[in-house]
Amino acid sequence: MAPRVDALYYFLIAVTAFFTLLVAGVVIYFAFKYRRRSKDEAGAPIHGSIWLEAAWTIIPLVIVLVIFGWSSSIFFSMARPPAQTLDVYVVGKQWMWKFQHPDGRMEVNELHVPVGLDIKLTMTSQDVIHDVFIPSFRLKADVLPGKYTHLWFKATKPGKYHLFCAEYCGTNHSGMVGWIIVQERAEYEQWLAGSVGQGTTMAQAGEKLFRDLACSSCHQVDTTGRGPTLVGLYGNKVTLENGSTVLADDAYLRESIVNPRAKVVSGFQPVMPSFQGIVTEEGLLQLLEYIKSQKTTASNATGAVPLAAPASPAKK
Amino acid sequence: MSGTHADEPSVLQHHFDNLGQQFEASTLGMWLFLVTEILFFGGLFTAYMVYRMAYPEAFAEASHHLNIVLGGANTAVLIGSSLTMAMAVYAAQRGQRERQVVFLVLTMVLGMVFLGVKSVEYSHKFAEGLIPGPNFRFEGDAIHSQLFFSLYFVMTGLHALHMIIGIGIMAVLTMMAWKGRYTARYHTPVEVSGLYWHFVDIVWIFLFPLLYLIDRHGAVR
Amino acid sequence: MDTAVTPHANYLTDGYTLKSWLLTRDHKRIGLLYLISVTAFFVLGAVFAAIIRAELLTPAGDLVASDTYNRLFTMHGVVMVFFFLIPAIPSVLGNFLVPIMIGAKDLAFPRLNLLSWYLYTFGGFFTLWALVAGGVDTGWTFYTPYSSAFSNSNVALVVVGIFINGFSSILTGLNFVVTIHKMRAPGMTWFRMPLFIWAHYATALIMVLGTPVIAITLVMVAAERLLGLGIFDPKLGGDPVLFQHLFWFYSHPAVYIMILPAMGIMSELVAAFSRKAIFGYSFVAFSSLAIAVFGFLVWGHHMFVSSESVYSAMAFSLLSFLVAIPSAVKVFNWSATMYKGSISFEAPMMYVFGFVGLFLIGGLTGLFLAAIAVDVHVTDTYFVVAHFHYIMVGGTIMMFMGGLHFWWPKITGKLYNEFWAKVAAATIFFGFNLTFFPQFIVGYLGMPRRYHAYPPEFQLWNILSTAGATVLAVGYAMPALYFAHSLLRGQPAPSNPWGAKGLEWETTSPPPTHNFDTPPVVTEPPYNYAK
Repeated sequence: MAPRVDALYYFLIAVTAFFTLLVAGVVIYFAFKYRRRSKDEAGAPIHGSIWLEAAWTIIPLVIVLVIFGWSSSIFFSMARPPAQTLDVYVVGKQWMWKFQHPDGRMEVNELHVPVGLDIKLTMTSQDVIHDVFIPSFRLKADVLPGKYTHLWFKATKPGKYHLFCAEYCGTNHSGMVGWIIVQERAEYEQWLAGSVGQGTTMAQAGEKLFRDLACSSCHQVDTTGRGPTLVGLYGNKVTLENGSTVLADDAYLRESIVNPRAKVVSGFQPVMPSFQGIVTEEGLLQLLEYIKSQKTTASNATGAVPLAAPASPAKK
Repeated sequence: MSGTHADEPSVLQHHFDNLGQQFEASTLGMWLFLVTEILFFGGLFTAYMVYRMAYPEAFAEASHHLNIVLGGANTAVLIGSSLTMAMAVYAAQRGQRERQVVFLVLTMVLGMVFLGVKSVEYSHKFAEGLIPGPNFRFEGDAIHSQLFFSLYFVMTGLHALHMIIGIGIMAVLTMMAWKGRYTARYHTPVEVSGLYWHFVDIVWIFLFPLLYLIDRHGAVR
Repeated sequence: MDTAVTPHANYLTDGYTLKSWLLTRDHKRIGLLYLISVTAFFVLGAVFAAIIRAELLTPAGDLVASDTYNRLFTMHGVVMVFFFLIPAIPSVLGNFLVPIMIGAKDLAFPRLNLLSWYLYTFGGFFTLWALVAGGVDTGWTFYTPYSSAFSNSNVALVVVGIFINGFSSILTGLNFVVTIHKMRAPGMTWFRMPLFIWAHYATALIMVLGTPVIAITLVMVAAERLLGLGIFDPKLGGDPVLFQHLFWFYSHPAVYIMILPAMGIMSELVAAFSRKAIFGYSFVAFSSLAIAVFGFLVWGHHMFVSSESVYSAMAFSLLSFLVAIPSAVKVFNWSATMYKGSISFEAPMMYVFGFVGLFLIGGLTGLFLAAIAVDVHVTDTYFVVAHFHYIMVGGTIMMFMGGLHFWWPKITGKLYNEFWAKVAAATIFFGFNLTFFPQFIVGYLGMPRRYHAYPPEFQLWNILSTAGATVLAVGYAMPALYFAHSLLRGQPAPSNPWGAKGLEWETTSPPPTHNFDTPPVVTEPPYNYAK
């Protein structure tokens, strides 16, 4: 993706340089050629030309539309993560970054990723608006409180890359920095083996929360509970009490936990209490991972993409 | 007493060529000012619309705590005050001093009735614990209904502030009208203040259904 | 007429008491009152900038504490945007010239005009109070929830100051619109008006339509802060991004408030120093209106990475490209005006040349930002900082200076020193480029904005930038000196030192209080230079 952005950038530099030099050149030339030669001299009675106006309206219009089209094509790729990704959850807070891997590992201000795999970041903030900015990847997205935002990338070269917070967030905004550490597979597996893991995966931690907070008392594996079943829920459409349908994505699940009255599922009573303030942002993400893992088949406990799977052959 | 010719030099400001130009400039100025007021309230209406579309049930539930009898009565009061204001302008256009004063006073009175009813409503909300803040209590979606009430108080509060300013303007106008300053030839301040008063009325005509009448049709829930 | 030496009665001699100035209704005196105030705020904002650039000489945050730095860049932005850039040209040159250029005796509402100045001053007072009380550290953009629920600084005070100042802007805009509609001299049809007037008309429309929205948005932020109302706080059900929409709905058109008057001055200067009618007059006039209209449709380009939907982003991107076209049309028309003109090179024309180069770069880098794919990388970096400084300083301030020089003889009745004026113009141009061009580079390399400390690999560009800022400061100090000298000891100015066309040049320098000894009747087209 980054090379595509750079290509467009260099084109824009060329356009800028061309028009700046053209107009500046013309102006300097006219200034010299038509310099005033006598005190009362006046300019020629020329008032306009519809053809010139048309030309210098239409030509720039065409150029900007080309730029728009080119940029939009890159943007669509940026905005649509591939179907299979290695998911990492990010919680930003004043003034640090917490990265949670589905297998339970947590990193602070550093994120290790393997080269050549599609990585998707699901991000939220614990307090004010922050922003994940990785200049080398030409990527940036705001990280908002109360909402999930996403970024995806496939690193192509091992190395250590700057991570900056790029939305002003208070006293230590310029200290809210870190590193994205991209490693070759072998090195990455070594790091995995050596790094201190949580022991429990995110989904397992989520399952524990699910039991501790008594969610299971209403949300059962079948449809007999007071609340809708969560098995097979993630990624599917849900019909609400007012007749509309909504996609059960990250945002829907988070909202349903912190503000259940906002969207009541058809056929159920609005009796679920709110868990706002009771569950932390990390806890919400763990519950999310747990619910994602509740597929219709009993197998496949974690939702993470196994490392052995071939990387998607997507070209940039 | 209020001879038209003797007055003309004093009402024509020096930078205008004639009274007609001055009147047109004043009216255009007031219309432009009202456009700014539309944009000013518009920000609040935008916030209201965004949140209402996001949380329709919470907003409906919260709205049902508002008193539509008082709100409806207030609507009638304000519309009445616009009528009396229009009559005041009409009287001013005909140079009728006493009628001007009567209608301006009536307009003020109706405006004050509106504010009185509004303060009764606010005190009810206080008693019911519906003022947003630490003492807010609500059965149901407390978070988004508090949002509704935040917007309710800011929007009706801003409107009430405009009413208070309007009543102040009416008071000044009444005094000047009593002194015979407004004649068939020159009554621009009355016309222009009338525009302002009608505008404040129209804002309420939008506020009332949006705030008070959510989901009131059909069966009461 | 041209060689008057003894001072005749004019608006400056019409009363010498403080009261005659502070209670004046004369648009010319009010323009001068504004000149004093905006200059004072400019100096204040420049001092903040100087400290910022000094801090950024080294990668470590070692000159001031983080909290102090954050307050410095916030106050720099607030002071420069709200108390300098928005009012400068309209309230100084616009106030002075709009009535004269259309042949009127004053603006439509002289007392409202004076009230505008008092509101500006009162709003400025609140802002200074906030400054003395410790400042604000939210950035001039006041993003929630940081500004409404987290910052420990004087947000409410500053917000009140900006709110009051906003009414100053609204009333000035209202005054201009009514004046231009209703008070043109006989024969001054719309298409005989100088392009300076068209530009100020478009600007006034934006002031009237846009400013109320930021006013109410700031009211909501203040309510949230002072009363705990949760309009933008996610914990209370609000949406912080809604603030951004409301804020940018005004603040984007605000940048057109800043540049349109400058473009109006450009038209006047190019015509006068080429002694030729502006090429494509009606295209330039309508492009001002087009910029005003389109300017209201593009606010979302400040929010491409704020979780805007893909489709909104695309719409805003397309519209942002389209809004560039009218500006391009103007630049081409100004250049074509010089063809077969009769060009002279006094200081105002130096600023014209500077504007052409700097506005081109600033405007074209706007295309980079309209392209979402590139904006994702460069937004919130120094690339954006460089872009807007090229337009606001390289564009607006260049033309403010150019206009000040051009109309200085008319306003003061004195001539300024041409040699030093040219030296200052060249110094400003050079210093400006050295300050801000490196910022494009360091921004693309990844240096985020509003950073107190930065990684060492960015230091070279920061050193260049600070060096440039030093030169720029010298450049700005020079006019202060030679203008002061001109006031005290300058040669008296004739009515028309430039041989320019326009009603302002047909009255004395300085003009009488009522602008014209005999009210003008217009029979010629504008810029009627050709013999």
